[in-house]
Amino acid sequence: MKTKRLNLIFLLLLISISVFLFLYLTVNTRGDLSFAIRLRSQRIIPFFLVGFSSTIATIVFQTMTQNIILTPNIIGLDSMYILLQTVIFFFFGMNHVLVTHHQLNFFLSLLLIIGGSLGMFWLFFKKYPGKIYLMLMTGLILGTFFSSFTNFLQVIIDPNEFESLFARTIASFNRVDVTLVGFSVLITVPVLIYLFKESRTLDVLHLGRAYALNLGINIDKYYLILFIMVSILTAVSTALVGPVSFLGFIGANIAYRLFNTYKHATLFIGGSLISVLFILSGQLLVEHVFRLQTTLGVIIQFAGGIYFLFILFKERNV
Amino acid sequence: MMEVQNVTKSYGETIVVNNVSLPIEKGKMTACIGPNGAGKSTLLEMVSRLIPQDTGHIYIDGNEVKTWKKGDFAKRLSVLKQTNQMNVRLTVRELVSFGRFPYTKGRLNQHCHEVIDSSLEYLGLLDLQTRYIDTLSGGQLQRAMIAMVLCQDTDYILLDEPLNNLDMSYGVQMMKTLRRLVDELGKTVITVVHDINFAASYADNIVAMKEGRLFASGPVDEMITKPVLDDLYDMDVKIIESNGTKYCLYYTN
Repeated sequence: MKTKRLNLIFLLLLISISVFLFLYLTVNTRGDLSFAIRLRSQRIIPFFLVGFSSTIATIVFQTMTQNIILTPNIIGLDSMYILLQTVIFFFFGMNHVLVTHHQLNFFLSLLLIIGGSLGMFWLFFKKYPGKIYLMLMTGLILGTFFSSFTNFLQVIIDPNEFESLFARTIASFNRVDVTLVGFSVLITVPVLIYLFKESRTLDVLHLGRAYALNLGINIDKYYLILFIMVSILTAVSTALVGPVSFLGFIGANIAYRLFNTYKHATLFIGGSLISVLFILSGQLLVEHVFRLQTTLGVIIQFAGGIYFLFILFKERNV
Repeated sequence: MMEVQNVTKSYGETIVVNNVSLPIEKGKMTACIGPNGAGKSTLLEMVSRLIPQDTGHIYIDGNEVKTWKKGDFAKRLSVLKQTNQMNVRLTVRELVSFGRFPYTKGRLNQHCHEVIDSSLEYLGLLDLQTRYIDTLSGGQLQRAMIAMVLCQDTDYILLDEPLNNLDMSYGVQMMKTLRRLVDELGKTVITVVHDINFAASYADNIVAMKEGRLFASGPVDEMITKPVLDDLYDMDVKIIESNGTKYCLYYTN
């Protein structure tokens, strides 16, 4: 009976995604349909890429920290990305090659985010092992520091440059560079395959550190590997579309409630599909209701923020 | 046969386990006793490789535990922790199934299901197997945890205060179950016990620790004596004998 219910939910999710995909490709085309479809279909892969990476990264991170209200961005990855963009605009101006050359900017962001998180993990796994909450706290403080510094720079920056900088610091699928999608797929897909293969081992982590060790998992090494995977996934989706911290949070938490299971394989697929559905419907709203006056990032932060508060209040009452 | 040699562990300035050496007999139940903070749990954690020792060696069947691969070690030795808080929604059967992880990495085969069934039966949990663990009583959860450890099918089973949170009747049941593991299945059970009378009634050997050092060790008969226990606990312990088993009276001292 339980599997029947699961299959039904999956079926419903797939049907709604198909419907929204169809709508997304065909609504309001005016004129040549095939041209519109060709243009719009370029964004389909980023939708799935970002949906899957941010959700799976969040679920893995939440299992590792045994906390369902955290996202990998708590260690300050989002703010690091925003600071990088701000610093580039501030010191080099909006016509510098680092701004105009999208690939360069993408790889620089990727390197910085992965490097930054690896630095954190090295510090808290090699130097002070087992202190995961100290790491989260440090990340939180660093994140606040980055945003304050960003704020400072943004206040004194040239207003025109601020305008175009601001667009970069909010997640948006409208400006995804098609040439970067290939790279992103190449980096992300092996990581996702690895995590799917590991899903049964991830299940064991639910029992806590001692029992995972007792059942033969070399936990310190394993956590380091998982953290590298999580930072790669987070880095790619952030560098591709901008900060989407709440997206993975929404997908993961709805999946926990909907599927009511500890099995990562189910949660991975279910949560990712929920996130993809959220992106698709949000993007439809952005393009056809708000007529590109806003970006998906704003909608994600809005809906995600409300949902986050909802979860917080609910957890408090338990 | 397990052999602990000159094992030391300190946290900062505090030496928690100080140069402990002792052999532990295979196929017997060994109870580890001593006052709070004597280093019993720490010793158990080092033997089960949950934490590394600072110096010294621990050998299991002639091999230093550090040289075992984690995956192989998990097939030889399993451990039950003192506190078992699970913040995940699992049924009893799903929890017990995790014990098979070292063998099949989560892909359960026919043999696994047989072992799971027999572990559940051994602890009388067949009726409870579809219940979620957050709906169990303390005693039932403790039994489910033991079933998981049993399902891991290891020669050595280490338990850190398995009687925690159990009332008298469950405590007796638990000790009887552990005794059966030794007598019927030939397991080597090492358990930290706070109630000295449970140790006296069920264990074969007793290891006594005090202030991080090995205080004394030996068969139950030699250990449950007034001089040993008086010194160990700094109390005046009265020992009485009933039906061939020694009991300690210390409640009014």
